[in-house]
Amino acid sequence: MSLVKLSLQELQRLFTCGEISAFEIARAYLLRINQVEPKIKAYITLTPKDQLLAQAEALDRSLKAWRKTEPMMAMPLAIKDNICTEGVRTTCGSIMLEHFVPPYDAAVVEPLRQQRFFLLGKTNLDEFAMGSSSEHSAFGPTKNPWKLTHSPGGSSGGSAAAVAADECVAALGSDTGGSIRLPAAACGVVGLKPTYGRVSRYGLVAFASSLDQIGPITKTVTDAAILLNVLAKHDPRDSTSATVPVPDFTKSTKRKDLKKLKVGIPQEFFTDGLDTEVERTVREAIAELERLGAQLCDISLPMTEHAIAAYYLIATAEASSNLARYDGVKYGFRSKETRDLLDMYCQTRAQGFGPEVKRRIMLGTYALSAGYYEAYYGKAQAVRTLIRQDFDAAFQEVDLIATPVMPTPAFPLGEKLKDPLQMYLLDMYTIPASLAGLPAIAVPCGFSSAGLPIGLQIMGRPFEEPLVLRAASAYEQATNWRKKRPVIR
Amino acid sequence: MAITQAEVEHMARLARLDLSEQEKALFCEQLSHILSYMDQLRQVPTDGVPHTSTVIEQSNAFRDDIPTPSLPVQAVIANAPEAVDGFFVVPKILENP
Amino acid sequence: MTYEAVIGVEVHAQLRTATKLFCGCTTTFGLAPNTQCCPVCIGMPGSLPVLNKRAVELAIRAGLALNCTIRLSNRFARKNYFYPDLPKGYQISQYEAPICESGSLDITTNGHAKTVRIRRAHLEEDAGKNLHEGDAATSRVDFNRAGTPLLEIVTEPDLSSPEEVDAYLRALRDILKYLDACDGNMEQGSFRCEPNISVRPAGSSDLGTKVELKNINSFRFVKQALAYEIARQTKVLASGGVIHQETRLWDPEREVTVVMRSKEEAHDYRYFPDPDLLPVEISQEWIQELRQSLPELPAARAKRFVHDYRLPEYDASVLTASKDLADYFEACVRLFPNPKIVSNWVMGELLRELNARGIPAQRSPVSPECLAKLLQLVDEGTISLKIAREIFPELYASGKDPETLVHEKGLTQISDAQVLEQLVEEVMRQHPAQVDQYRRGKEAVLGFFVGQVMKASGGKANPGKVNELLRRKLASDTPSGS
Repeated sequence: MSLVKLSLQELQRLFTCGEISAFEIARAYLLRINQVEPKIKAYITLTPKDQLLAQAEALDRSLKAWRKTEPMMAMPLAIKDNICTEGVRTTCGSIMLEHFVPPYDAAVVEPLRQQRFFLLGKTNLDEFAMGSSSEHSAFGPTKNPWKLTHSPGGSSGGSAAAVAADECVAALGSDTGGSIRLPAAACGVVGLKPTYGRVSRYGLVAFASSLDQIGPITKTVTDAAILLNVLAKHDPRDSTSATVPVPDFTKSTKRKDLKKLKVGIPQEFFTDGLDTEVERTVREAIAELERLGAQLCDISLPMTEHAIAAYYLIATAEASSNLARYDGVKYGFRSKETRDLLDMYCQTRAQGFGPEVKRRIMLGTYALSAGYYEAYYGKAQAVRTLIRQDFDAAFQEVDLIATPVMPTPAFPLGEKLKDPLQMYLLDMYTIPASLAGLPAIAVPCGFSSAGLPIGLQIMGRPFEEPLVLRAASAYEQATNWRKKRPVIR
Repeated sequence: MAITQAEVEHMARLARLDLSEQEKALFCEQLSHILSYMDQLRQVPTDGVPHTSTVIEQSNAFRDDIPTPSLPVQAVIANAPEAVDGFFVVPKILENP
Repeated sequence: MTYEAVIGVEVHAQLRTATKLFCGCTTTFGLAPNTQCCPVCIGMPGSLPVLNKRAVELAIRAGLALNCTIRLSNRFARKNYFYPDLPKGYQISQYEAPICESGSLDITTNGHAKTVRIRRAHLEEDAGKNLHEGDAATSRVDFNRAGTPLLEIVTEPDLSSPEEVDAYLRALRDILKYLDACDGNMEQGSFRCEPNISVRPAGSSDLGTKVELKNINSFRFVKQALAYEIARQTKVLASGGVIHQETRLWDPEREVTVVMRSKEEAHDYRYFPDPDLLPVEISQEWIQELRQSLPELPAARAKRFVHDYRLPEYDASVLTASKDLADYFEACVRLFPNPKIVSNWVMGELLRELNARGIPAQRSPVSPECLAKLLQLVDEGTISLKIAREIFPELYASGKDPETLVHEKGLTQISDAQVLEQLVEEVMRQHPAQVDQYRRGKEAVLGFFVGQVMKASGGKANPGKVNELLRRKLASDTPSGS
């Protein structure tokens, strides 16, 4: 079996016991990337080959004397290009930051560097993580490894596609309204959005600060737990970082049953707009949860239908402010030959941002502007409270909630570009957990008749990632979906 | 709710976006479409419902007043479109904010 | 018709923290451009703010000293606008809910007392600095100041003259300095004032259209700019014109206010709660703790000086204007318990030297102990008052101990009776005519003799003793030549 097919857990084991060298890992992944990247276009920036091989050789040399390894040592990862990496350009998929080289590492990158991981490259995304298809990137779309004419989902489409196409063993993504879970589902891999506050946002380029969260995209649920062990930590540099104990998440993936767990099935997630194949597949997956010992409960989350409206007001309002810093003064793109300061601002931002980012800045500016604040932004914040209350009530009854991730399987590239609202509606099942700040995982649960992956979403109470991981892992081990891999051609 | 061309222009100015005539027309149509979808929120009774601006149920994330190293000035201006003598340079500022 | 001015004042006081409001960069003034910057304070992508606890404490202390109500639950908001000195495209500030509200400050102008109501005081971050050079087509930006904590203190429109505004600003500055909350330096911009002013017919209860004044960076300019603006508005109204609501800049060269060029568009700052920061919950215990740590404030201290030390009100107000100076005075009085003499010396000799060099009393080379010793030497008669005054500048310059200096310079007063008698006799011998005059009853000549003896002694003779000796000698000796 090829080295690049291994899971993070398997690769760790082989490397730790010395069966494979860092050099072999690096070489295998470089080869794989060389083969498939021209078709997939998962990466915006790749680490130069020589640099990576030199790093691997140095690592092997230092281990010759005394083989002491760290969990992420020599593990070849990809990082979404909205997470700052010192000395490596971080573009956010935007002309605006095409040449931006951060002078610092994001909080999540620090432990990886300390443990001497391999940064294979920075992955493609919808510009500033705004989108659900990875088509809104200034560097062109990423292709779905299962069908190259289709979108890998978004916005962490590059990370999900890279994992699915074995172009990295695991990847970091970010999720604001579904940006980890949607592409994970569309690419047939595992994607975990942790509880808001579980992982430091320091160094994650902000889209919507009250919603953004970094999480793992991996081949298995256990891999997600392994990576979350590295990511989850209180960080004093992020005021919204949670001061809660961090357990060993891999422990939760060892149990194989769901006994004594109550799983809620919210009726509002199975209504019009849900593709029949997706519905059937997800309902089968839920039946599997029952076979594993879970007790199923029909529940209601009545505010679900308003989640998209609330989300797109809150997220765009925050984004309109977060993206004000891109003004051509301190870093990034500046339009040439402008008349004066005002013209410099307006041209820089008009040329530096793509259409979707501009659309959202406009919408968010409107939602916050005098006369509309209460009707739009204020209203959305109140509805957000009601959505949280829905979940609070539901979690009195059940331990977990299972739903679809995306209303359809992956869709053809270009299909939804013309109609922004249709694109927004793709997030209908992922947004509620985002607004409530809950942990939620996407785990593969089958395929459409066209051979495209379908995902199951499992949500939990705040900071109950262990329970979410346990259910997802038990389900994964009881099914064989993970064994089916895309053939890239 | 429909958004007018004048409102689109006002928002573009607030957001410092120079929009072409086509973009203005397109945004006018698209934002109107999106906003009419948002108008469903009006049906939701929210009198007396507190606003959620963050879901983190913590407070007082403080830092002690102890200096930490600043970046070297070269790193501060390294990404600047234009810089001179350690300063960022912008087109002449004539107006006050 | 006569007109009256209605004035409110906004002060931006830089809080005296070691680091910025949301990052660990230092706040020292005057360093090389962009050397006090980090990803947070230049708004780099991905950076996040973390609130400086000390800044919150200083804001609460200032609020308590200004008799404000302290808000228990606080949120920060973003004020969105574009300007090159604003790194993030928004300023983190407080909007609907300021940390301090409904306070007051008592002022006295020409013996007339007034209570100025403080509407609010809130925390926010300072912007960087834009530099414009002559005709260059570009401006330069320095972010060293960006993120420095500010307390914006806003009064109700309770002031009615430039003198009252001056008194308010001085009282506010003194308090903030007492609290060690702000260094109060208008020239360096750590204490910035923006008055808003309108004029109306005297006795009217309607408010006129108000004008905001900016670019005022000294106490002198405050008075000048307000006086100018009152005259300007009065003239406009008196001639039937209208005042436009606008912001005007003080031009110190031409001594006029001019309309500020500003964006034509109406401001829409789109304030909303900053999702990067958590609520600040202030407990009653915390407030209590800070209240107990407040120092005695200038007004209370001046009152005590008048009462306890029997000082004139003028002395008390000068001595208590700065905490340093008041502390100095009290330290000196403890060692030399004659408050009025100490007051005279502190307000006279000491302040003259300190002010000439712009040095605070705290760093005076002449310590309170040293001044007390000098006064002791005068009191004991070791040196004369005149000599004490003469050597003070040298004492200040050298920082020497007064006794040592007096010895080194051989300035000890001559009180020895035998030496003085010789001097007196010598002077009488040289001036027989004046001796006669005295003895014929012209007692005013005594002054002449004292002067001559002092001169002969190089100023070191004890004047009291010389006086006494002269009277005796002139009275008792037989007339010369007879």
